[in-house]
Amino acid sequence: MSQLQFFLALVAGGLSAAALALSLVTPFEQALLLKAFLGLGFLTLLRFFLPIGLWADGALALLGAVALLTSVGIFSPAPAFFWMALIAAWLFAWLFVERLSNVLAPRLADNAGLGLLIPITFGAALLVIWEVVTRGANVPPVLLPAPSMIGAQLANSASILWADFVQTFIKSVLPGYAMGCLAGLVVAILVDRSPFLKAGLLPIGNFMSALPIIGIAPIMVMWFGFDWQSKAAVVVAMTFFPMLVNTVAGLNASSAIERDLMRTYAAGYWQTLMKLRLPAAGPFIFNALKINSTLALIGAIVAEFFGTPIVGMGFRISTGVGRLAIDLVWAEIAVAAVAGSAFYGVIALIERGVTFWHPSVRGGRT
Amino acid sequence: MNRVLPILTVLFAIVVIWYAAAIGMNAPWQTTLNTRAELTDVPFTDFALQTWAQERPVLPAPHQVIGEIWNATVALEFNSRRSLAYHGWITLSSTLLGFVLGTALGVALAVVIVHNEAANRSLMPWIIASQTIPILAIAPMVVVGLGAVGITGTVPRALISMYLSFFPVVVGMVKGLRSPEAIQLDLMRTYDATTWQTFWKLRWPAAMPMLFASMKVGIAISLIGAVVSELSNAAGGGLGVRLLTGSYNGQTIQIWAALFIAAALAAVLVMIVGAAERVVNTRMGARP
Amino acid sequence: MTTSAVVSAQNLGLTFKTNDGDVVALSDVNLTIDKGEFVSFIGPSGCGKTTFLRTIADLERPTSGTLTINGQTPDQARKSRAYGYVFQAPALYPWRTIEKNIALPLEIMGYSQAQQAQRIKRTMDLVNLSGFEKKYPWQLSGGMQQRASIARALAFDADLLLMDEPFGALDEIVRDHLNSELLKLWDRTQKTICFVTHSIPEAVYLSTKIVVMSPRPGRVTDIIESDLPRERPLDIRETPEFLAIAARVREGLRAGHSYDEDHV
Repeated sequence: MSQLQFFLALVAGGLSAAALALSLVTPFEQALLLKAFLGLGFLTLLRFFLPIGLWADGALALLGAVALLTSVGIFSPAPAFFWMALIAAWLFAWLFVERLSNVLAPRLADNAGLGLLIPITFGAALLVIWEVVTRGANVPPVLLPAPSMIGAQLANSASILWADFVQTFIKSVLPGYAMGCLAGLVVAILVDRSPFLKAGLLPIGNFMSALPIIGIAPIMVMWFGFDWQSKAAVVVAMTFFPMLVNTVAGLNASSAIERDLMRTYAAGYWQTLMKLRLPAAGPFIFNALKINSTLALIGAIVAEFFGTPIVGMGFRISTGVGRLAIDLVWAEIAVAAVAGSAFYGVIALIERGVTFWHPSVRGGRT
Repeated sequence: MNRVLPILTVLFAIVVIWYAAAIGMNAPWQTTLNTRAELTDVPFTDFALQTWAQERPVLPAPHQVIGEIWNATVALEFNSRRSLAYHGWITLSSTLLGFVLGTALGVALAVVIVHNEAANRSLMPWIIASQTIPILAIAPMVVVGLGAVGITGTVPRALISMYLSFFPVVVGMVKGLRSPEAIQLDLMRTYDATTWQTFWKLRWPAAMPMLFASMKVGIAISLIGAVVSELSNAAGGGLGVRLLTGSYNGQTIQIWAALFIAAALAAVLVMIVGAAERVVNTRMGARP
Repeated sequence: MTTSAVVSAQNLGLTFKTNDGDVVALSDVNLTIDKGEFVSFIGPSGCGKTTFLRTIADLERPTSGTLTINGQTPDQARKSRAYGYVFQAPALYPWRTIEKNIALPLEIMGYSQAQQAQRIKRTMDLVNLSGFEKKYPWQLSGGMQQRASIARALAFDADLLLMDEPFGALDEIVRDHLNSELLKLWDRTQKTICFVTHSIPEAVYLSTKIVVMSPRPGRVTDIIESDLPRERPLDIRETPEFLAIAARVREGLRAGHSYDEDHV
């Protein structure tokens, strides 16, 4: 047992014992599950005499989470031992994760399923703490609504959220993304033929990538109107430069030997481009595609802050904040998060398929 | 000189295209104006000059934007609500505060992640996944939410900047702190070096290039966070507010001026980080 | 007999311009390589052996003298696909399977699908790689990768094969094996081979002619005709004839001051 595990076990057990003692003042049948958790938590102090498996800690953390979630409505205001139980449950979860990762550490690659359990435990713990703290401490929903409230709002406003999703993602993000990336790619290939243009455009492109291009949103709204066209234009401007810079770098990624080889075949410019330089640029192009997937969604949402028809994710967020309908805003953000991750995930999957040969994908040596 | 000439040429081309585009885009409105004033047969040169001097052009000419920047900075009192220097300072202060906090948090978390397997396995997947989420969308809500509990001013905006700059730093630093090769770590083991010694003598210096690379990304994105978070509180001031009010009033020149200032700020901040990088590199024995 | 000369160099010189002044990579090289010969170029680093090979391949331009390949200029020879080149590294494209890598020059030169398939099969047999058509380069060992790159150079039937230290990165056991395979391949295909190496046994074992070169400036110091039989088992390397030639190569290297420590 490492030092950290020793302390975690000691504090978690001790805290359970103290909370159990404090909880004895309440009627016996009140929050029985929570008391059972605390009692079992107290018993884990036996681990200093008898070995207790890491799964026991995991089960205990799970029991604690269930007990806390079911009893959070019982007390008002929540007593000290309730919060102590929350901390104890969290410590048991931590201890579980700590022990599990120590078991897994020497065998990095295998046990993918068990490895996945660790981030899932962390995410679940975060959600439980969020739910229990917001409800137990009566946090004003304006500041932070409970996940259950957000979930309910997701279900209630499904039609609004879907309309916003279509307006922002399908109409603004996707066309803008496609146009911006394609334009960046084509310009990069054209620029690549002229060293002079390349030397002039590349520093400027790099510089532009660092600028708050999102600020052109109000101008685009003036030029292209309130509807999706102006948002798509912002997305085009935001995605163009990362693609330009990455593709130009990628086109130079092939080694001297590989280019000499094409020369010995007396291959023409386009043959060299199609058979060597574009495939070699693949990882760079996909890097830009991934960066741009995030930028595109941000660009479209923020552009909607500057004026939209009365639909769209950015519109809903800015008006929802104004009306203090924060749970709807959070629901919208949840949709945006899922859409953003899924978009990125799809690009990453395509990348795995197309650039399977690259060391970073096949996880091997060069 | 060989490196400057192409850049200058491209910049010159951009300015020329800009002026040409200004004529084209402002022409319809100018024609309307001239028709109203019953002006006919305006020579092209005069017409071009007119399109470059409109009050609310569709596309202001570069010299109009620069003139506006001059008028709104040097020619105005700093405290004036119309001063771009004043608004720029508001944006800069929350950018810097957020950037410093975000970098500190990012480095601290990276150190924990590199040294603790459980933290690595629990946090890294979420940190990477959260990169794909449009975090900026939360900005107005955080500002309003914190405002509801009495936290206003620079701090909520800096929190957005902090959140944004934190991600590139933590990801970059984890990569950097792990960059020493196995044989270098084995060497430290043969000396029976402590974790602490290994950190300061090997991992930290090895992580420097990644730290600066991610700080450059971090400061640029921190500025974007500051600008966007200003959009939700028009009373608070800042370059974002100038963009917003300009957009409501159709003051295109004002929008472009604010945009130029934001771009200049971003450029200067990235250059400062780059200069710090060069100083550190030189002191660590890199070739100039 | 200029008609049978595959490569012919007269007073060939090549000077690189660098920031530290001019570097004479080749100086006054005179050499004729006849059809069917196996010529090795040997010498220390900087002697210009690789540069000479690259000049034949039109990857470098000579600054003086004349060079003809099959009576053509290097540029014409390259455009008529007169040679196959094998580099120090396999340089196989990682996104193509082995057979697709071998197909690369055939695609560029416009062979039909049927011709491609037939030539891939033949050359893969020739280098004993049959069965690995669908593998990716990174799934093969270094020796197999280099064999695939030789197959790629053979695929389009150029009569001249230029090889730049093709086995330099491989261990000695693999290298011995590939050397004897290369000899068999040369015997079967009747190609002319130019082979750069810095191993004396390798040069003597493989060659009908050994060109000894020396640096600063890069020049030819000796040309040794080998009278070893075409049929060469690996243990020929213990015979007195073999050792005599090796001794002469070593002598040539010493005469060119090639054993001096590099001043760099």
